Amino acid sequence: MPEYTLKVRRYQPESGEGPYWQEFNVDLDPDLSVLDGLLQVRDRQDGTLVVRCSCRAAICGSCGTKINGQSGLACKTLISEAQEDADRRSTNGSAPIVVEPMGNMPVVKDLVTDMESTHWEKIRRVTPWLLPEGDPPEREYIVPPESMIDITQSMACIQCGACVSSCLSMEADPEFIGPAALAKAYRFVGDPRDGDTKERLYDLAQDPHGIYDCTHCFSCVDACPKGVAPMDQIMRLRRKAGDDEDIDDDNNGRRHELAFTKIIERKGTLDESLLLQESYASGIKGKLIPTPGAIKGLVGSLPTAVRGIRTGKMRSLSKLIPGVHPKLPGDSQKHVRNIYEHAESHREELNLYITGEEEALEEGAPEEPLEPEADLTPEAEVEPEPDEERGR
Amino acid sequence: MPKHDVLVIGAGLAGQRAALAAAEEGVSVGIVSKVHPVRSHSNAAQGGINAALQEGDSWESHAFDTVKGSDYLGDQDAIEIMCREAPDEILHLEHLGVTFHRNDEGKLGTRAFGGASQARTYYVADITGQAIMHVLYEQLMKYSELISRYEEYFTTGLVLDDEGRCAGAVLRNVSDGSMELFEAKNVILASGGNGQIWQPTTNALICTGDGIGMAYRVGAPLMDMEMIQYHPTTLAKKGFLITEGARGEGAHLLNAQGERFMERYAPNKMELASRDVVSRAEQTEINEGRGFDDGTVSLDITVVPRKRIHEALREIVLVGRDFAGVDITREPIRIKPGNHYTMGGVKTDVNGATTIPGLYAAGEVACVSVHGGNRLGANSLLDTLIFGRRSGEHAAARAKQVEHGRTSDAVLADSELEIAELIGRDHTKGRRVSVLRKELGDTMDRFVAVFRDEAGIQTALDRVKALQEEYPSAYIDDQGTVFNQDVLGAIELGFMLEQAECTCVGALHRTESRGAQYRTDYPERNDEEWLKHIDLTRSEDGPEVSYSPVTITQWQPMERTY
Repeated sequence: MPEYTLKVRRYQPESGEGPYWQEFNVDLDPDLSVLDGLLQVRDRQDGTLVVRCSCRAAICGSCGTKINGQSGLACKTLISEAQEDADRRSTNGSAPIVVEPMGNMPVVKDLVTDMESTHWEKIRRVTPWLLPEGDPPEREYIVPPESMIDITQSMACIQCGACVSSCLSMEADPEFIGPAALAKAYRFVGDPRDGDTKERLYDLAQDPHGIYDCTHCFSCVDACPKGVAPMDQIMRLRRKAGDDEDIDDDNNGRRHELAFTKIIERKGTLDESLLLQESYASGIKGKLIPTPGAIKGLVGSLPTAVRGIRTGKMRSLSKLIPGVHPKLPGDSQKHVRNIYEHAESHREELNLYITGEEEALEEGAPEEPLEPEADLTPEAEVEPEPDEERGR
Repeated sequence: MPKHDVLVIGAGLAGQRAALAAAEEGVSVGIVSKVHPVRSHSNAAQGGINAALQEGDSWESHAFDTVKGSDYLGDQDAIEIMCREAPDEILHLEHLGVTFHRNDEGKLGTRAFGGASQARTYYVADITGQAIMHVLYEQLMKYSELISRYEEYFTTGLVLDDEGRCAGAVLRNVSDGSMELFEAKNVILASGGNGQIWQPTTNALICTGDGIGMAYRVGAPLMDMEMIQYHPTTLAKKGFLITEGARGEGAHLLNAQGERFMERYAPNKMELASRDVVSRAEQTEINEGRGFDDGTVSLDITVVPRKRIHEALREIVLVGRDFAGVDITREPIRIKPGNHYTMGGVKTDVNGATTIPGLYAAGEVACVSVHGGNRLGANSLLDTLIFGRRSGEHAAARAKQVEHGRTSDAVLADSELEIAELIGRDHTKGRRVSVLRKELGDTMDRFVAVFRDEAGIQTALDRVKALQEEYPSAYIDDQGTVFNQDVLGAIELGFMLEQAECTCVGALHRTESRGAQYRTDYPERNDEEWLKHIDLTRSEDGPEVSYSPVTITQWQPMERTY
């Protein structure tokens, strides 16, 4: 049987010592999991090593950990794959499998974290129970079958915390409600039986640590072992809050997002010179329409902008001069618009309960072509909009 | 010292349902669990929950299927109650927010399941248990002012007062190792089954039957402990479950020659015969050399339309991909019968009451008995909810009539001493607790499984007794207080050994074949002698055997064919 080395970040609170690394060798079938490796250590070598675990089959959500830096479930990570991954990341082609407790949470002992004060408190923050309007019907609520399949993706969440562990926004803002709790919120917002949809959306949009605190980094989508894709649920919340309920939040999150999409629709890439202005005072019909808090917001954003320039995140100052931003070559801009039109005419969600795994799409469900159809308005006939003029 | 009218031990479906029902009656409720409630093993119930709720179906039909499935060992009064109350329970869950599958009209839709004469299984994809349990936990959070949650508290034992009434329990806070006596007018055990006594098993690592062990220790009789279900479709190496829903959706069982062998064993119901029947058919194929080299047969899900697989069996797609390296939408998957469910347990009446006043049990820990010799698929979730609720209601009603029993701190001191002794054991003498646990699992799976005989069961019983003798010298490593899982594992092993002994004794005693108990030396069902329950009560010399009659209301035993 092959031998693997697990390098475990340990912490024994009663020892008076800080955290330390310890390596264990285990003999294991390659198709067993990292959790099986940890359990072998516990059973044969060192019973003081602790990790929460129960089902071993990615159902109970106990064994959230970081393996080679990636948040996930120890039971769902094959030890042979973890080894390949560790080797790939190392400089000399071979390295132990690194196992650490989850991030963004205090560590209790070894791989056990305090999920109560982080994960569960945030779950409770989103009023996580159904609030139906009026008395229930005599029989079941009659609802569209798709709606139940739709929220089943959120219901598939096993509360393992892997998404919370991987969340970059939460690292910057520990008060961010976070991917798991927001995915849970969608489970009610998307539920036709819930009577508080509007209130929920308003609450989550107005909270400075709410839906607009997500930076769209995809970490949670990668980390989630159940295909819940928490970020997708957050984006659905945003769409429902912004498009369906027309909620303009005090954080300016919605307008900032609209500014992004609008600029790219027009220019193909992000013209940063327009971003701030467009976020606070969109230039529809040639007139700047400032939001109520525009001046305050713009001034408040200055330190961030300065920091961006100073740290080199904003690479050249010339980018901030309006009109310098390059146009896309040839008719590329036309293709960008086609993508927008396609997306807008297909408000489809990637829900694994409907489409299956991504690879299944190859031969299974026919993909709609992205090519423009004959009856689409040609790009040339579109009047250039005033804000584009101003851009020049 | 925490004090509650009703203390629920275990927070899976039965426990959470009991706590909610008791709280609705306006009494003070505490619910404790050795893991966070949403980690409970009810999660693993994939396929669905039965109820005769559709037009054209009837509770009598559901009850008859259950009686027949139980091989006539189920108590028909309890089964009638469960099946009659099932439709309202489903509607209640739906109103709380469970995202049950809908048909085209937007109404609740069903799928077919084993041993059932109608498609009456309600479901949420193949995460039904998880979906229901998370919704109940939502309700626990909603009613947190009425229900105190003690999450990650391990119960080490029950406390009786001088008059033999249950008066509380001793708990260890896992996070800091502190021990406390919890006073309660009523204790409801809802701590699940004991699948970990067998290796491999579909059951989670936490399924060590603590509640069964605890009740037995304070003198509550256990019933039908020999009735252990082997599920027909589990992954060969790890024992993971492939839902019966796969066969419900139309999947075929094939032997190594590609034959749909169920034709020979259950020509009418084929793959959807009762679980004991299908497991025996598979094991026969394997034993007679028609299985694959790794001791398996195969389950062919590719006959189910791909769209339907993604919608209804997604969890199985993941299990296949992640744990067997098989894309179930494209190729058959190797499976075999594996330990799955404890039909036996703490003997209760239809209200969950045990013979000890103030002590209730509901769900897999209990034996009402609605499952008798063999549980039907999708009846376990129903059992947990119906009898969880009934226990909660009855315990609450009793709480309004009685005072708290007098408890003595001596019990707490004893428990603390016991743990100190465990922690202080000499490493140079005995073997590790984990080694004993593994030996127990291997032994039970080898000798007390699908096919049994006297010699095998006796061998198992001898080994279990030897392990019991060795147990007081078995050692652990962790001597700390914070999150000491090692010491909890040792306590669990103590519970498991006593239960294993009971199972062996029951299996030896029942010299017939009924439901999950198939004796190759007594291959026929023998209603004349054995249409009765085996009750086991703890004594100095091990389990003491007595019998109780099976309650028959309207269905006389008949020959059982599928």
